[in-house]
Parts: sequence; structure tokens; C-alpha cells
Amino acid sequence: MFKPPFVKSLLLAALLASPVAQAATAYVSNEKDNTLSVIDLETLEVTQTIEVGERPRGIILSKDRTKLYICASDSDTVQVMDLATHKIIANLPSGEDPEQFSLHPDDRRLYISNEDDALVTVVDTVSHEVLAQIEVGVEPEGMAVSPDGRWAVNTSETTSMLHWIDTETHELIDNTLVDQRPRHVEFTKSGDRLWGSSEIGGTVSIINVASREIIKKLNFQIRGIHPDKIQPVGVKLSADGKYAFVALGPANHVAVVDASSYEVLDYLLVGRRVWHMEFTPDQKYLLTTNGVSGDVSVIDVDDMKVIKSIKVGRYPWGVVTLE
Amino acid sequence: MKLLPHLLTAASLSLPLWAHAAQTPLEIDIGYIGFEPDHGPVLSNILPEPDDAGLKGAELGIADSNTTGRFLKQRYTLHALSTPDAGQILPATQQLYDQGVRLFVLNLNRQQLVDVEAQLPDDVILINAGSADNVLRTEQCVPGMLHTVPSRAMLTDALAQWLASRRWQRWLILEGNQPEDRAYADSLERSATRMGARIIERKAWDYDTDLRRTAQQELPPFTQTDEYDVVLVADERGDFGEYVPYNTWYPRPVAGTQGLSPVTWHRVVEAWGAAQLQSRFEKLSGRWMNSRDYASWAGVRTLAEAVTQTGTTEPGALHSFILSEKFQLGAFKGRKLTFRDWSGQLRQPIPLVHPRALVSQSPQNGFLHPKTDLDTLGFDVSESRCSVKGDS
Repeated sequence: MFKPPFVKSLLLAALLASPVAQAATAYVSNEKDNTLSVIDLETLEVTQTIEVGERPRGIILSKDRTKLYICASDSDTVQVMDLATHKIIANLPSGEDPEQFSLHPDDRRLYISNEDDALVTVVDTVSHEVLAQIEVGVEPEGMAVSPDGRWAVNTSETTSMLHWIDTETHELIDNTLVDQRPRHVEFTKSGDRLWGSSEIGGTVSIINVASREIIKKLNFQIRGIHPDKIQPVGVKLSADGKYAFVALGPANHVAVVDASSYEVLDYLLVGRRVWHMEFTPDQKYLLTTNGVSGDVSVIDVDDMKVIKSIKVGRYPWGVVTLE
Repeated sequence: MKLLPHLLTAASLSLPLWAHAAQTPLEIDIGYIGFEPDHGPVLSNILPEPDDAGLKGAELGIADSNTTGRFLKQRYTLHALSTPDAGQILPATQQLYDQGVRLFVLNLNRQQLVDVEAQLPDDVILINAGSADNVLRTEQCVPGMLHTVPSRAMLTDALAQWLASRRWQRWLILEGNQPEDRAYADSLERSATRMGARIIERKAWDYDTDLRRTAQQELPPFTQTDEYDVVLVADERGDFGEYVPYNTWYPRPVAGTQGLSPVTWHRVVEAWGAAQLQSRFEKLSGRWMNSRDYASWAGVRTLAEAVTQTGTTEPGALHSFILSEKFQLGAFKGRKLTFRDWSGQLRQPIPLVHPRALVSQSPQNGFLHPKTDLDTLGFDVSESRCSVKGDS
């Protein structure tokens, strides 16, 4: 249908001015659709679908929350999206097949896993230069930078290790051997513990950052689900330090763990093949990406109940939220 | 977009520091012996099989293990022989043993495996990555031998489960004239019994017509029997089987060694990180990874995983570890793989593929087992006389 262009711009202006535009928003990357779904967190509905590069997987926000970084794996680049306009404003030299990444607290250095090349690439988000490439194990995947900015930790799936990279020298200092196929790492807020999931091993290791040794290994059991199908991937720690949530992949459940006693408190049924998660800015809800069912489950954190599922694109992978 | 090589000149390529693994480097020597016989003339000879199948898988296994090994001060070296000359196999194996190699991945047939084991002293690990022979897992157990290649029974059970779930239970079996074809057809019969399928007829293809010209005339009458739901072909080297689809008397699907096939591995497998394994393999070899490559890759990775976890190269210790509950192999099949501690067989899901797509993966839902549903494929403990633990 033909619309005169001025109507469109008027509409856009009206939208930008309205309080609806201020509502908290979630962005979800759809791996097999080459799109992002935008979810309004007031109504819990998809309001927009944005085309991006090929095979978008990991997504993260800049520290000032004005830009979104997108691993466009099959385009071999990290795209930078301006969140005010939803336009791609830059393509960073990420190395081949970027999958996951993490931003240093300095808001400049981006640590990127190059899954096909057994490398971690460090890119300056301001100058767009490659600062370093660090050789790691086979199929690097998870990335996390410690809150104090000292460590960048990478997981290599086929090598089954966590690699500790000194962010000053960009040298690999140490390796922690974990169970098969480590997928994701997450530092606690204080930075003294690191949680790492092992997908095929079926465990989550909690590591003392000072000694870089495993202090506790979590196992999961769900009635009626074969242990081999319980495959931990995403890990999220609540801001109050009370809980850890672990996405269990094809087990279609999220485990709720007491973050101090390490006891598994509950298993919440979500969509199929759950991988990654993010809290809403008010910490009231946790969103999960469910690849096979192509939807996002919304968990009410106070009630520990799944309250809604939101249909997004094909193979939703990463999720971020902002005010 | 390939920005990297250009930018690398300005970037510093940091090399790892060996902080934790300060001990002396561990050298791990793995022998690979591959028999690549000439399979004789086949009717369907348009797309030949690669003659380095298996070897390239072992090479990738070494490359993958060395990437891990760098961080642990472990260095893996492959000593490979791939030959069409059966006479070279025993001397070459002995020579490697005399040079100190104790870990072997063998892409050989049953008799060659038996001979190699008989010749070498006991302080070795032998991994069968070549023979699908059921007898090696049931009656003629080779002491201590591990198998990363699935038995024929695992393949035919995987197919039979899927056929049962589709309720295609009336089978016509067509077999070729090679001993392997008869073994495959026998394995199909065993699977039929297990899954409650009925064999309408078992027919041997022994014509020497060139089917490239005459399949349309020959095959419809050949497959004119009582009505069946599916035609199962047992033709391992691909002599006549390629011409069966679309030429059956009844309009029915074809499965087995052609048509819908149960395989160890295939290019169309891409889930569970397999896409990365496929792309590493293609980079190394310039071709697709096949079942033999996968079995040899898994053989090398099994040895390397055990070395990484135990920190030793001593064959006895590695053998016990591989057969223990602690061993787990991440092998791009969606779950961890372990070994059956009676027959030494690697448990594994079996993809069911046609040449351009993955159709399914067995075990199928609903086929239950008290220990693991993977043991619904192939020979369970009660069906096997082997005791790989005791006789190692």
C-alpha cells in the first residue's frame, strides 16, 4: 500500500515522542533468519524485526547502552547497531566466524571467539583496529571479562578448557580443564568466582578466580529426562547474588540454583533447546531463548514461574535487555 | 568479508605461556594402519570413494588433539601407513611396535585385526576403526580391542527402529554377492526379529547386466514379490544398489546401504557443533568427511582424551580409564559417547541420511533401555561373549 513519505516520518516522530518508546526493550538474535526481534517488555510482544548480517549469534550492549554489538558469524564480522536508529553504523574486523564475545569494562576492547580458527580476537571498538589475536583451543565459544577488567576467559569446546587471558599483555596465562564441551562462562559481580557450563559433560563448574581451580561441580537431574540430554549452556547470576539460572538445552528446562549453597532449588519448563538468558532491567523477569521452538520464555523471578512464551524468529540465540 | 590476514600485520599474535603445565612434555605416538583394498569393478562407478578414507580422519584427530595438547605440554604424532597391499600390514605394525608405538588405530578387516592382535605383545591399545563385523562384538572377541566404528547390527538396528516408528514392517531384502553384503543382510534379519518386522523375501542380486543401461527393465520384475512396505538393500560396495530406488515393482521407498542409509557419519550432519568439525575436515582434506574418517578421528580422539584426563601414556592405565565411567568423548553427535565395557564398542547415535539430507537419528524415541537408550543399538551385554575388561 502506498503511503506518502511525510505520513511515515510523522508517525515515526510520534512514536519517538510517546512514552511507549521509553519502555524497556529486549533484542533477540535469530540465528537462522538473519534478524533481530525487538520485544516490548511492558506488553511482552514483538514490536519489530530488524534485518542484520548472516547467522547472528552473540549480542551485547555497549556500556552506555546506545549501541548493540552483533556477532554476524557467517558474514565474518561484528556489526555495530545504533540503538536509536536501528541502523548498522560499523562492521568490526572480528576474525572469521565470530560466535560469542565480551566487552572490557573500559568500553573499548571487545574480546571475540573465532570458532573456526581457534583464536580470540581483540578489537578496539573506537579505532576499529585488531589489537591482538590469541591462540586458544579448538572451537572457542564462551567469553567473559572479569568485573575488574584483569581477565578475559575463553572456553574452547573441543579442547574442554577455560583459557585465562591477561588483558594487559594479551597473553594466555593459564588453563583450567573442565568437563566436555564448555559453552559459557559468567563472573560473579564481585569477580571472585567464575561459573562455567559444560554442555556434553552435563555439569557447571564454579571456579575460584584467585587460584583458577574448580571448587564445586554442579550436576542436574530431572525426572523423566535422560541424563545425556541435560546439557547446560547459558548461565545467568541474579544481581542480588541469590540465584544462578542454568539453561539446560535439549532438556527444555532452566535450573534454579542457590548461588551461595550451590543447591539446585528447582527446574522450570521452558521452550525447546534453551540456550541463553537475560534479566529484564528491573530484574523482575528472566528471558530465555529457545532455539527449536523459536520462542522466548518469560520467567517471573519472584514466583519462579514461566508466565509467557513469545514467538520470535527461527533459532533465537542471544538476548539483551535495556531500559 | 576476510579482513583478517590484512590486519594481522599490525596486530600482535600472542603465543600461549605454559604456566600450569610445567612438567616435561609428553610425547604421544599413535600408529594408524589402513588397508585400502581395490574393491573390484562396480556397476555404479561414477562417484568413486576417496582412497584416503580413515587416514584423513586420523590426521584431523591428531590436529585437534595437538591444539589441546599445546596447553598441557602434550605432543601427538601420527605414524601412518595406508596401503592396498595386505602383505605390508603385519610387518609395518611390528615395525611401529619396535619403534615404541603402543597406541594403534586400525582401519582393517576382521582377519587383519585378529592377526595384528595375535602378533603384538599385550602392552598395546588396539582400536578398530575399520571393521563393522558383528562377530567381533559377539563370538570372535579380540582381546582388549576397542571399536569406534559401529557394528553392522548398530546400523541395521538404527534403521529398523526408524522403520518401526514409521510402521513400515514388511521388508523385501536384496543382497549383493559379496560376503559383506550377506553379513549386512543377516544383520537386517536380526534387526527385523528384534523390531517385529516381517521379511517378505530375501533375494540375491547376481546378474551381471550393466544396470546403467537396463535398470528400468531388470529391476521392476526382480522386485515383483508379495507386497512390501520398503525394499532393503545390502550392497556395501555400491554395485547394483544405486539403481534400486525408483525402479521397484511397487512404489515403495528404498533403504539400507543405498537410499535411506544408517551411517557413522555424513556431510549432512551439522547439528551439535558438527558444522565446525565438517569445516575443519574440509579445510584439511579438501573433501567431505565420511564414516571411515569419523571412526578413525574418534579413535585418535579417544586415546588423546584418555591421555589428557589421566596424564599418562601407559596402555594399561589408558585402557582401564577408557572403559570406566569417568571416560566421556565429546564427538559431535549430541551427547557424550562412552564405551561398552563388555565388547569395547563405542556407543553412539546413528544418523539416517539420504545423499542430500539428514532424515533422522536413532535411537528413536520410545526405544527404552534400563541403562542407556544407546544400548538399544547393537549387541547388549547378554548377547555378547566378549569381556574386553578382563582380557586386556
